Amino acid sequence: MKMRLVYFMLCCTLSLGIPPRTANADQMMMARINMDFPEAMLKLQDGLKKQGYTISRVQRVDLGLTKSGYKSDKYRVVFYGKLDEVKLISKNFPALIPYLPLKIAMFAEGSDTLLIAANPLILAPNASKVLKPYLLRWENDLQKLLTSMKTPSD
Amino acid sequence: MIKSIAILFAMLAAFSVQAKDGASLFAQNCAACHGNRGNGGVGVPLALPGFQHGVSDAFLANSIRHGRPGRIMPAFKNLSDSEISSLVKYLRSWQTTPGKPQKVKVNPGNVAHGKQLFIKSCSACHGAQGQGGNGTGFTFSRPRDQPIIAPALNNSGFLAAASDAMIKAALMHGRKGTPMTSFLKQGLSEQDIDDLVNYVRSFAQHPYDKQVALKGAESTILSYESPYDMQTTIKNVQRAAIGKNFRIIRVQSLDEGLVKPGKENKKQTIIYFCNFQLLNTALTVDPRVGLFLPCRVTVVEKNGKVEVFSINPKYLSRIFNNYELNKLCDDMDNVYKDILEDATL
Repeated sequence: MKMRLVYFMLCCTLSLGIPPRTANADQMMMARINMDFPEAMLKLQDGLKKQGYTISRVQRVDLGLTKSGYKSDKYRVVFYGKLDEVKLISKNFPALIPYLPLKIAMFAEGSDTLLIAANPLILAPNASKVLKPYLLRWENDLQKLLTSMKTPSD
Repeated sequence: MIKSIAILFAMLAAFSVQAKDGASLFAQNCAACHGNRGNGGVGVPLALPGFQHGVSDAFLANSIRHGRPGRIMPAFKNLSDSEISSLVKYLRSWQTTPGKPQKVKVNPGNVAHGKQLFIKSCSACHGAQGQGGNGTGFTFSRPRDQPIIAPALNNSGFLAAASDAMIKAALMHGRKGTPMTSFLKQGLSEQDIDDLVNYVRSFAQHPYDKQVALKGAESTILSYESPYDMQTTIKNVQRAAIGKNFRIIRVQSLDEGLVKPGKENKKQTIIYFCNFQLLNTALTVDPRVGLFLPCRVTVVEKNGKVEVFSINPKYLSRIFNNYELNKLCDDMDNVYKDILEDATL
């Protein structure tokens, strides 16, 4: 009986430590940031760096569009990754190659900025035991990043 | 003693998972599309007085629960009834002027006559098959001339959420602040409107979203083996992409930007290409298509074997819940396959 109670308490304690999963943690992860585009871009890059990622490139989608005569507000795709992970995963899991480095799309909507990313878990629906922890961590990092982006800076 | 501690822990655990208030649920689940104050964006402007007055709480709750298959709005099956109820209450906090959906009685109608009226009076905005207006809603990044896109009436989510009375009231009185006008004022009789409501309800037999459901999207990628060496395959990919009216915008190693210049792994090379006309069309259909961008093929050499890879656009399209985009991705699937086949032929 005592063991059962201790087990129950342990479960309760663990449940307190785990943040409730956001209901939108499905296949697409989106956040609206009440911040203009340049400021949001800086905060995003800073947040990624704090998580240990390197920004490998920023694709200026709007630039190509406007040069071709189309109207577009600010629109960028930010590519990021960790070298050791990109190396390891592209070597061992070639089905993920077309999705590496990871990316976040961002575009201006008035005075707000929208951030959009595919949930990394969808990149390998039948991920092996080796791959799954990476996908879960990428998902977790993205969740934290998007949440921190929504929080006003100090 | 142990029991008391256990109860305390249980209470604390229950407190941590209690239903969140509507505002935080909205911020977490809805604001990205509908705007922080419901002013709209990728999603419809929920704070619009004409919308607030025209829909019931049940409509809002069922819309959250069922979403709009193929029309971006996902089904929030992971929200509990109490959370949905909190959300609806929060949405109602934006209702600045009092007003409720008008209670009307719907009578049996002539579906065939309703169809004729629909084609004449409704199809210009709602589509010939009731599939809804094009686009994803009002956004500042993709300016539109309407504050709201005509809803897809032939959508299983809409049909599950909207009552006949709600549809009839919208037809009779219109929606202030939107292009939806009163059809009584347009000269239709109440019987005509009943016929229209009965026709719209008949869509439930064959909802449009079920007719255009995406097929063949099981694999996450497309890949082909190349009989050529790495450099020849790269050139072939470029030639094939240009042949499909794409512009090569960049050729780089997969790890470029992650390693010091000069240290890149040339055995994993990405060819980026773009057709800006197609891109502009795609952004109009769904401003979130940045997740596909830029178009790319990756050429990889491993143990003397050369392979080409791309995303499977049809697979990725699934997460957008947008059947307009599915059609584009169907086309892009063929384009990618043509490029990969051409490069490795």
